[in-house]
Amino acid sequence: MSHQSASVREPLILGEKTYHQITEDIAKPIEGKANNLFKILFTISALLALWGVACFSYTIGTGIGVWGLNKTVGWAWDITNFVWWVGIGHAGTLISAILLLFRQRWRMSINRSAEAMTIFAVICAALFPVMHMGRVWLAYWVLPLPNQFGSLWVNFNSPLLWDVFAISTYFTVSLVFWYTGLIPDFATIRDRQVKPKMKRIYSILSFGWSGSAKQWSRFEEVSLVLAGLSTPLVLSVHTIVSMDFATSVIPGWHTTIFPPYFVAGAVFSGFAMVLTLLIIMRKVLHLEDYITIAHVESMNKIIIITGSIVGVAYLTELFVSWYSGVEYEQYAFLNRATGPYWWSYWSMMTCNVITPQLFWFKKIRKSLMATFIISIFVNIGMWFERFVIIVTSLHRDYLPSSWTMFHPTFIDIGIFLGTIGIFFTLFLLFSRTFPVIALNELKTILKSTSENPKPPHH
Amino acid sequence: MSKQIIYGVFDDEEVLISSAKALRGQGVKIRDVFSPFPIHGLDPVIGIKPTRLSNAAFFYGMFGTSMAVLMTWYMMIHDWPMNVGGKPSFTWFENMPAFIPVTFELTVFCAAHGMVLSYLLVNKIYPGRKAHNPDPRSTDDMFIMEIQTVDNKKVAGSEIISVLRNTGAIEINQKEL
Repeated sequence: MSHQSASVREPLILGEKTYHQITEDIAKPIEGKANNLFKILFTISALLALWGVACFSYTIGTGIGVWGLNKTVGWAWDITNFVWWVGIGHAGTLISAILLLFRQRWRMSINRSAEAMTIFAVICAALFPVMHMGRVWLAYWVLPLPNQFGSLWVNFNSPLLWDVFAISTYFTVSLVFWYTGLIPDFATIRDRQVKPKMKRIYSILSFGWSGSAKQWSRFEEVSLVLAGLSTPLVLSVHTIVSMDFATSVIPGWHTTIFPPYFVAGAVFSGFAMVLTLLIIMRKVLHLEDYITIAHVESMNKIIIITGSIVGVAYLTELFVSWYSGVEYEQYAFLNRATGPYWWSYWSMMTCNVITPQLFWFKKIRKSLMATFIISIFVNIGMWFERFVIIVTSLHRDYLPSSWTMFHPTFIDIGIFLGTIGIFFTLFLLFSRTFPVIALNELKTILKSTSENPKPPHH
Repeated sequence: MSKQIIYGVFDDEEVLISSAKALRGQGVKIRDVFSPFPIHGLDPVIGIKPTRLSNAAFFYGMFGTSMAVLMTWYMMIHDWPMNVGGKPSFTWFENMPAFIPVTFELTVFCAAHGMVLSYLLVNKIYPGRKAHNPDPRSTDDMFIMEIQTVDNKKVAGSEIISVLRNTGAIEINQKEL
């Protein structure tokens, strides 16, 4: 098991580490006291989350008339945010499932926090379609349940229903995948606790894991099969989200390129968010030896690939709309670039197509500051992509007398900021209570990929 | 001979594997090994059969597929056929393309959750269960081999201990049953 990596590969664990040192380093944030930076960030996030809850409550109490939607633009900020959050939720499973199948060892330092991010992002995403139902207490109507109004069932021909199945399967399977990996690490934390209360909590969280040979043998099998199941699952989720648009007849939506283009965009934005979070986390939690420049560089390479796929997709869309000869399609794209929402289109183009190309320069790819800034640009660009697709296609379609503009209300904006608050609150809580790096996985590669593996013999 | 458990504590998984091989060479049966991470190549040495959880996952998945087919047929074709957008629901097969996404999702749902529930069940892990690893260091950096004298009638306990000591165990603990 100890095949040493070729020397051309950069080490994935820096410094002189032993198995025990890895445990110490990862347990430190859980056992130590929160510093002021953490307290400040947590307060801001929690306040933002509360503001979001207030806006949500107001929407539920009054109705979605408090949003900026009108009868022409029936989907706007809410669905933009939904697609944006679901997209962000794609990186975690990609890292832990697809990179596991490809035996990419650099995933091991980042998969735990990326999966946590996935789960929190999907929670934020799911809020939007549920809120858009208006009467949220009737949300269970999307489930195929027999009902008291006759034998009418949900419509299995509709992509909106496929979404219900896709998102709920994705959320629960990601959660289970994440927790299965966490169980042995919780046991590690449990066995080091001296305070009875902490020991009790981590004992419950660890499900009484003892790490016997049989348990590990099953653990490895389950991880592999879950990765195999999650790989097509993660590709299916954004495919189905894109079909919400692609199966309609709205100009700019009715295109076959949508599924691959949405999946690439989702991975692109997901990695950007992972980078935004991890660059801060490695600093705050002192994980520089585990989340190294080599990790950041690998993620940046994925950003170049997916960013380029997204760029090609934008150009293909433009070409096809011209080549199709359909005047509605042609106008939809002309309107995106030169109409009243030109600024959103060009923000999208700049942030998503141009900025990631800077990663072709090794210096930029290896610079934390540059990566952080570009990752923020990508996050913004991907939000605008969804805004462009949704709002510009809807606000001017077949009937010019219905053409109108969409203006968000402060409730629209408040809910969006609220979900950002919820996301960061959950992530900050995670970073102080959960082992943020998969200890058991990282220890298996210590001998082969660390900079200076220290022999345990004294 | 009294009933006794012998724990051989190692600080390196490769040393443990070679020690386990030496013990097996002498016909010693090893009850279990507790480690902070999976030790590759250990299972055949101590006689652990490959798990069949992936087969179980396949059958759970097939169950999900069948349930999805049955559900879409019953709801969309049999019980209340709806004509949506001029696309009537006469037979399941004609409407099948529209049912593929839901069928796929339910297959994955059942395979994943069924397998994980079975995993928790066969591993006997659940919230509230007490851990039974012999030493708390075995989830940190120590690898612990458990040998019971009741399993090894032919080899004396003292002999097992000397093999453990000679093959690199850094610590040997004994417990009377």
